[in-house]
Amino acid sequence: MADILAAAWLIARKDLSIEFRTRSAFFSAVVFALLGLVIFYYAWDPTAVTATDLAPGVLWIIFTFSGLLGLHRSFGVEMADHAIDGLLASPVSREAIFLGKAIANLVFVAAVQAIAIPALALFYNLRLGDVAGPLIAIAILAAIGLVAVGTLFSAMAVNTRLAELLLPMLALPFFVPIVIAAAQATSKLLSGRPVVEAGAWLKLLLAFDIVFVAACTLAYPFTVED
Amino acid sequence: MSSAIVTGASAAPLVEVRGLVREFGSTRAVAGVTFTLAPGECLALFGPNGAGKTTLLRVLAGLLKPTSGSARVSGIQLPGGPLARSRIGLISHHTMLYEALSPRENVSFSAQLYGIRDSRGRVEDSLRRMSMLDRADTPIRSLSRGMQQRVSIARAMVHSPQVVLADEPYSGLDESGARALTALLQELRSAGTAIIVVTHNLAEGLSLATHAAVMQGGKFVRYDSVDRIDARSYTATYREALASSG
Repeated sequence: MADILAAAWLIARKDLSIEFRTRSAFFSAVVFALLGLVIFYYAWDPTAVTATDLAPGVLWIIFTFSGLLGLHRSFGVEMADHAIDGLLASPVSREAIFLGKAIANLVFVAAVQAIAIPALALFYNLRLGDVAGPLIAIAILAAIGLVAVGTLFSAMAVNTRLAELLLPMLALPFFVPIVIAAAQATSKLLSGRPVVEAGAWLKLLLAFDIVFVAACTLAYPFTVED
Repeated sequence: MSSAIVTGASAAPLVEVRGLVREFGSTRAVAGVTFTLAPGECLALFGPNGAGKTTLLRVLAGLLKPTSGSARVSGIQLPGGPLARSRIGLISHHTMLYEALSPRENVSFSAQLYGIRDSRGRVEDSLRRMSMLDRADTPIRSLSRGMQQRVSIARAMVHSPQVVLADEPYSGLDESGARALTALLQELRSAGTAIIVVTHNLAEGLSLATHAAVMQGGKFVRYDSVDRIDARSYTATYREALASSG
């Protein structure tokens, strides 16, 4: 297990170095997230819907779609000059490759969240200070689920001609339970309800993460077998 | 005390392939190939495009599963998992490099994938052998195709593999790069590494090899020991294979 985690970290570090040098996917995702916030802001009628009712949905829709930009890049970087063959021909296990990719994607999504959440608070005049801890917990739990499912489907879609279309088509139905649970939990927090009321949704996110991280890690080797 | 390297036919084979078949749907890319390679032996594999050469190498590299037959590398039945893969160095006409990273970073990443703990010396040595030390920190995307191929070769050699699978390794190399690669492969052979080279250049392949094969339609239509080869008849067979493949 230690070997798998060490190899996964090695691969994640390599992916993050590449993203740090190019920053192409990160800037795309951040710009997409901020533009999404702006569009929702101007489409919003504050006399009809309160900010605390609207913000959770906006936040999780934006994360879902901006996350897809990073997930698509995840295996795309391996396809340039068949770098994936070098990884698959190495003695590193397939599970370590998946976990490495997923860790890099998690850092990517978390970095986008770190910019988008304060921007959301600014646009919708939300006070996040009191709920920052639970909100971070929701964001991390939801990101783990999104990344586990998205990384697997990115691996499946990358070899197809319609990868950019196929990834959202495959992944979005699986994202629905995460978005519902994350949006509901965020809504409870933003409307000032006690954290314990969001507990059931947090447990659902945790259960989703445990099941899908394990299932996707085990399923990944089948996506690279011919 | 030094240990002698046993090479040639008397040693246990490093590569053993028996009746290997690999199909893609109804297409038989490799159709029953059999050969063995002992330490220090080199097989030069010739044949037209689509003959099955790359597929054969991909099966031996653990990237594809055989449909039937058997293949062993260092005595390990393929697909043999991490242990078998750790014995193999794969060179391809695709560089398998990350263009945003430098040669040093690419080779170092590969060394770490192969579990080499203190990899700095090995990385430097691999890059030096391919004359890439002075461009070691330039991003891959800024290098010429030939230089990228040199780095790719350094990447494949950094873990001192027992078996080298080289699929058109000379593609993109200039004269000095080709000379460096030939010298490196000859040195590896002398040290007991078994090598399979796929090339379209008969003279280059035969100068390196102990055995040569012409592949067509997934099969070996000729398989000879190089010292028994009449270069003229071999060229004729190769040309026939190219002509019949269209």
